[in-house]
Amino acid sequence: MPKRQISLRRQMTDYFFTGLAASLSVVVVCTLIAIFAYLVLKGAGSLNWSFLTQTPKPVGEVGGGMANALLGSIMILGIASLFGVPVGIGAGIYLAEYGRNRLGQLVRFTSDVLNGVPSIVIGLVAYGLVVIPQRHFSAFAGGVALAIMMVPTVTRTTEQMLLLVPQAVREAAFGLGIPQWRTTISITLATARGGIITGVMLAFARVAGETAPLMFTAFGNQFWSFSAREPIAALPLQIFTYAITPYDDWHRQAWAGALTLVILIVGTTTLVRFVFMRRILGGAR
Amino acid sequence: MATAVEVRDLKAWFGKTEALHGINMSVEARHATAVIGPSGCGKSTFIRCLNRMHETNPEAKADGKVEVGGTDIYKMPAVDVRRKVGMVFQKPNPFPTMTIYDNVAAGLKLNGTRKRRTLDEVVERSLQQAALWDEVKDVLKKKSGASLSGGQQQRLCIARALAVSPDVMLMDEPASALDPISTAKIEDLIFELKQKLTIVIVTHNMQQASRVAEFTGFFLMGNLIEFDKTEKIFTNPSDKRTEDYITGRFG
Amino acid sequence: MGAARERQISRTAPAGRIPKNMPPSESSKVSLVTPTRELPAWKKSIINLDFGFKGLMTLAALVVLGIVGLIVAELVQGSAPAWQKFGIHFFFGSDWDPVSGGFGALPFIFGTVVSSLVALFIAVPLAVAVAVFATEMCPRPLRKTISYATELLAAIPSVIYGLWAMFVLVPILRVSVEPWLMKYFAWTGLFDGPAYGIGMLAAGVVLAIMIIPIISSITREVLIVVPQPQREAALALGATRWEMVRMAVLRNARAGIMGAVILGLGRGLGETMAVTMVIGNNPAIAKSLLAPGYTMASVIANEFNEATSDLHRSALIEIGLALFIVTIIVNILAGLMVWTVTRGTPARTNA
Repeated sequence: MPKRQISLRRQMTDYFFTGLAASLSVVVVCTLIAIFAYLVLKGAGSLNWSFLTQTPKPVGEVGGGMANALLGSIMILGIASLFGVPVGIGAGIYLAEYGRNRLGQLVRFTSDVLNGVPSIVIGLVAYGLVVIPQRHFSAFAGGVALAIMMVPTVTRTTEQMLLLVPQAVREAAFGLGIPQWRTTISITLATARGGIITGVMLAFARVAGETAPLMFTAFGNQFWSFSAREPIAALPLQIFTYAITPYDDWHRQAWAGALTLVILIVGTTTLVRFVFMRRILGGAR
Repeated sequence: MATAVEVRDLKAWFGKTEALHGINMSVEARHATAVIGPSGCGKSTFIRCLNRMHETNPEAKADGKVEVGGTDIYKMPAVDVRRKVGMVFQKPNPFPTMTIYDNVAAGLKLNGTRKRRTLDEVVERSLQQAALWDEVKDVLKKKSGASLSGGQQQRLCIARALAVSPDVMLMDEPASALDPISTAKIEDLIFELKQKLTIVIVTHNMQQASRVAEFTGFFLMGNLIEFDKTEKIFTNPSDKRTEDYITGRFG
Repeated sequence: MGAARERQISRTAPAGRIPKNMPPSESSKVSLVTPTRELPAWKKSIINLDFGFKGLMTLAALVVLGIVGLIVAELVQGSAPAWQKFGIHFFFGSDWDPVSGGFGALPFIFGTVVSSLVALFIAVPLAVAVAVFATEMCPRPLRKTISYATELLAAIPSVIYGLWAMFVLVPILRVSVEPWLMKYFAWTGLFDGPAYGIGMLAAGVVLAIMIIPIISSITREVLIVVPQPQREAALALGATRWEMVRMAVLRNARAGIMGAVILGLGRGLGETMAVTMVIGNNPAIAKSLLAPGYTMASVIANEFNEATSDLHRSALIEIGLALFIVTIIVNILAGLMVWTVTRGTPARTNA
């Protein structure tokens, strides 16, 4: 019957495209696995105690580690959070509680714009804002650059999480005579607390891996640095510096650093998604 | 061309819940059969089993025999079943990105019909059968399917379903989302259509059933309680439950 | 309420309270809201706190605006010397020679555009396929795994992509892929020259991997928003699943998918580290994809710290300004396209 034949051709097309979509998806997943596999393969061997506790050795000498870079990253991220988180949460509160107006629209739009600015451009800006007046590179400058990058993410997540808090909760508070500001802090914010922390951690994880904005701000440092006013090493920056040199030993350490960075970032992201997301999405309903 | 739909011991599930408990029904060819009952009685599930749309829900299962024109639809590809058994849904769902013409032709093009002349003919014929031709004949390729009024959209969906020349047309509360004038137009349509097609129409409007259908089946909680000539069901039902529903004691 | 009426009421009853003997017809006329100046001190301070709190939050919001303002100001100020010297020709000249003081940015624009196009060419089919597969075709239990996998790809920092690309991707390209391309596709004229491994192709491939997650996740959002009745309409006409996807889902989501692609483009334009590590850093405009090149972000990254003169630095900042403007325009365009499809349906985070 001719009708059956047409059906066959269409059936085949259906199988073909389903198969195509499936195989391309497999390609993507395999790429991911390949990247992780290489990270482990090349980095795991070098990820040892001395790597995590020693500073770089002079060029050509084998050994040493990235301890100063780890500390540097922590310091820079601390400074970044100090500035970025309050601004982000504040802006998020504004947008959620007071922001149903022109200014709110503008801020939301601007925040999205800021989110899309290339990180290297932010580095240039931080250079002009901090490094030039200070006349030297510093951890502080790096912190400022990363803070600017944290703000959009924290703002957006805070706003979303606050909007998830049902209006009924706020009204219950008002009905009890609790003033607006108190309601926002003790009730609304507290309810959305989990989600906001999630947002902060995600922003944190995102900027932890940034290299470009640190190139002209923190600059890097082969030695320990404990001051916010000096150039400082950072993990992603150190990985980059080592990778582009011709020294095998430094390549090896770059892989170890990369593995460390990935573990920290992916670990944070996964933890956040699976532990906190379940809880707050379950609780906010 | 005459096809009857023969349903034997049809059972359907949503996950573990059995929604239809063994339905037996014989639908007369080229007549309209109404399916009535209170909300949740399984009438939509039933009709969706007749063109195997029920199983598009991942948790759904069906069992039993449904024969259309003598062929068991569960023994042929679902895609082919739906060409023989068309469906019109409760809320009009024309393809918004396609013109009126393309909407009606959509089913045809799927089946490989490419000749411009054939498509033109079938589109015109289907729109005329759906009593929409005069209203849209000048804007066939200019207006999108979604730019029509609710009643027009539904007639467009009917035209779209008619274009593939099905033997049976299933209608799941086709007028419930429409205003009374559009509803009347659609009922007139059904009157015309049943001269050539077999129609099964789900409706919660009993007056509609009595206006439009020769036969009526009353469903309650997944069971077919009574199936008979519409006249009998509404004037002298055999089952007390049918009588209770008809007289408005529940439902 | 006029001032006269206010005075009248405060004569008839203490503000905020209705006298016991007042008939109901009169009591409705008493204002229950106390004018602020008559409030006890502790209540006034709360209202001040409300005001102060709101002010603080507004300040934070204004800081966001201020940041963008500062960015624009810094970039414009920093690029002014170069702009004054070269004008618009800065973007059309292809001679980039810091030593002699000649600065033409065309090679970098070329490199940015070409590497992004190559990336889109590779990434779009893959990303859309993943999105369609995950939304329409794949069995439920696999869905979470696929979405998690794409999220992981998005979480990997750029420098690590660069590292992997340098030591894993480039050798593969140099040894296997590029010779193969040179052999079978030389007729296109796009695959001339020695197979270095590094170059435009390598940059394009690693960029592609990096933008797949964003294109895929936005596409997924857009596909999910297509109403179920549309799918049913297609199925009821006897469409196979692929035909249904093509006719009812992809067609309806067209604009949104385009938006997702452009968003991916926006991300790719500004990508720095991974591209810098494998593009070859050669400011030349070449036809071959196997040739080394240079992007706007890369030249800034490589040369800024070693800039030989103020003019050099200024030229780099001007490139930064151009990059800033282009990314903003692209992102706005993309955002508009996605918004018209999802119409403000809140974008849910992928679980």
